Amino acid sequence: MTAARKVRIATASLAGCFGCHMSLLDIDERLLDLLRLVEFDRTPLTDIKTLGTRGPCDIGLIEGGVCNAENVHVLREFRAHCKILVAMGACAVNGGLPAQRNHLDLRDILSEVYHTEAGLAHGGIPNDPELPLPLNEVHPIHEVVKVDYFLPGCPPSADAIWKFLTDLLAGRTPHLPHGLIHYD
Amino acid sequence: MSFDLETAHHPEQLRRVAIDPVSRVEGHGKVTLLLDEHNRVHQVRLHIVEFRGFEKFIQGRPYWEVPVMVQRLCGICPVSHHLAASKALDMIVGATRLTPTAEKIRRLMHYGQILQSHALHFFHLASPDLLFGFDADVAKRNVVGVVAAHPETAKKGVLLRKYGQEVIRMTAGKRVHGTGSIPGGVNKSLSAEERAALLKDAYQMVAWSREAVALARQLFEQNADVNSAFGRFDAHSMSLVRADGAMDLYHGGLRARDMKGGILFDHFDYSRYWDVIVEDVKPWSYMKFPFLRALGPDTGWYRVGPLARVANCDHIPTPLADKERATFMASPGAAGATLGYHWARMIEMLHAAESIKDLLHDDDLGGSDLVVTGERADRGVGVIEAPRGTLIHHYRVNENDEVTRANLIVSTTHNNQAMNEAIRQVARQHLDGQEITEGLLNHIEVAIRAFDPCLSCATHALGRMPLEVTIVSRDGTPIDRMFRDEHGRCSRA
Ligand code: SF4
Repeated sequence: MTAARKVRIATASLAGCFGCHMSLLDIDERLLDLLRLVEFDRTPLTDIKTLGTRGPCDIGLIEGGVCNAENVHVLREFRAHCKILVAMGACAVNGGLPAQRNHLDLRDILSEVYHTEAGLAHGGIPNDPELPLPLNEVHPIHEVVKVDYFLPGCPPSADAIWKFLTDLLAGRTPHLPHGLIHYD
Repeated sequence: MSFDLETAHHPEQLRRVAIDPVSRVEGHGKVTLLLDEHNRVHQVRLHIVEFRGFEKFIQGRPYWEVPVMVQRLCGICPVSHHLAASKALDMIVGATRLTPTAEKIRRLMHYGQILQSHALHFFHLASPDLLFGFDADVAKRNVVGVVAAHPETAKKGVLLRKYGQEVIRMTAGKRVHGTGSIPGGVNKSLSAEERAALLKDAYQMVAWSREAVALARQLFEQNADVNSAFGRFDAHSMSLVRADGAMDLYHGGLRARDMKGGILFDHFDYSRYWDVIVEDVKPWSYMKFPFLRALGPDTGWYRVGPLARVANCDHIPTPLADKERATFMASPGAAGATLGYHWARMIEMLHAAESIKDLLHDDDLGGSDLVVTGERADRGVGVIEAPRGTLIHHYRVNENDEVTRANLIVSTTHNNQAMNEAIRQVARQHLDGQEITEGLLNHIEVAIRAFDPCLSCATHALGRMPLEVTIVSRDGTPIDRMFRDEHGRCSRA
């Protein structure tokens, strides 16, 4: 990564809760320093909707596991356009809390939420073609694409994310000391 | 009945334009528009593409796990879920009245949440539209652009959010997904050092929040006619209010007003919310459509969140915010405007900052009496005013302490129909008959962003979804395969 060009970072939330993105913003004032070194491609913070139209990305941060067909599509797009792909947080690393639905039948869950729930006027499972197909199980992202780094934690702390990114930006292999790695 | 512009008569003859994903909002959704050859708009829909099924997989878990688990639904305002669940479980453990320490710690945590979430929304997400214009260059129209053009404003935004997050960390243990609140109370109080550390900056936060209100007001009033008309529609509104009619974001009874400001119901006991709220399902969104039972699905939908709360209450119980409320209510057109949400949101941020400052002077925060219990019940409802609006959690627990049933109505769900109405109005006002440009499409997103929706979870990209999906692992072994049949049923191959 030369000084001539800013490092391009893209981020996405798949089946995550956005907490990992919040933790990224929790670097607080350091965000202003980071912005001097990097530029953002597609992320929820910009209006760039398609990855790769402005050239390849150096780092892709993925929050959340894979719960529907759309997630698969976005994840593959990130892999194709990012040199380094990172599983950020418990959900991306191993499916996280949403994967608790894996031992249940998807049809049962859908019908409970949209059919039999008391307080519904009239039910019906949403099925418009505009809605992505839910997968039977929530998958960690490494089951679908190759992942270069795993950042555990729910969410990884802002300090962990900061250490990880500054190592990468400085061309070092990221190393998180004891205390920054946690598995909550 | 179907709403105007909700469903086109002959969708197959129309051209589809999608905004996908909607950006600078928390979570993911998309908008589709159907247009004819003259660019007349025939259908506009905001789709929520997320499905998580939390209500189902929480079943069988011990109830004390709930306040910690449920936050993972949403990392943007986890505290709101943490507290709404705790309030529901207070009823299960029979804690009819919390200790003063517990209630004040929870309130402090909640005001921290309101402060950080409102700052995040205004400065990091929405302000680029308001400062640079709705059709400004995409490369500039984001927080990086704000940092470059208005470094001081951007920095204050970052520090306001930081302060709110610090309040949360000290009361909940962690900034995101803390564990401070438990059924019947809290598990820690604040030490003298923690209080002193927070108090040191509290006055600064009040001052910066006042500046933020002034900025939001100026951005609205400098072009009042246009801003008041943008995406405007009439709607009922709902929020919690305190017994004396004051704004109370932590606890109260439900008040709904009709579109003219008349009271529909007041101080309604939320533990029987289903007597006044029913939900509808539409096939094109995973998000349900709630409405007021007495009025029915066609006319009973309503607005929640800052705009509804500021107008709905009789006054705000902190002086600076209350003064700003009076100015807001007197500004022609502001109180019913979609873009009025931003101004109202900043007034609430000021209220949160004032409340934090006041609470930090209260010695109860350092108390050691943290938890109460009483007669055990099998059903509990907890309602709170989350940053985005009324949040309802409802649980049933069996004699083995397992959750048997859960129902959640989250803030953004209440605004579902309202957001759809706002974007249809923008489509009529700005897109109908026009050559569609990126800047025009951003107008639609500007209307959505006003609500600060939390769409959470799943992304969605352009193009029709395949009817069959296969996931293969890296070594080529298929690991999952799904398809949807002609009746819309999903099944495994
Ligand atoms: S790892 Fe935790 S914080 Fe991150 S998306 Fe998953 S639940 Fe949210």
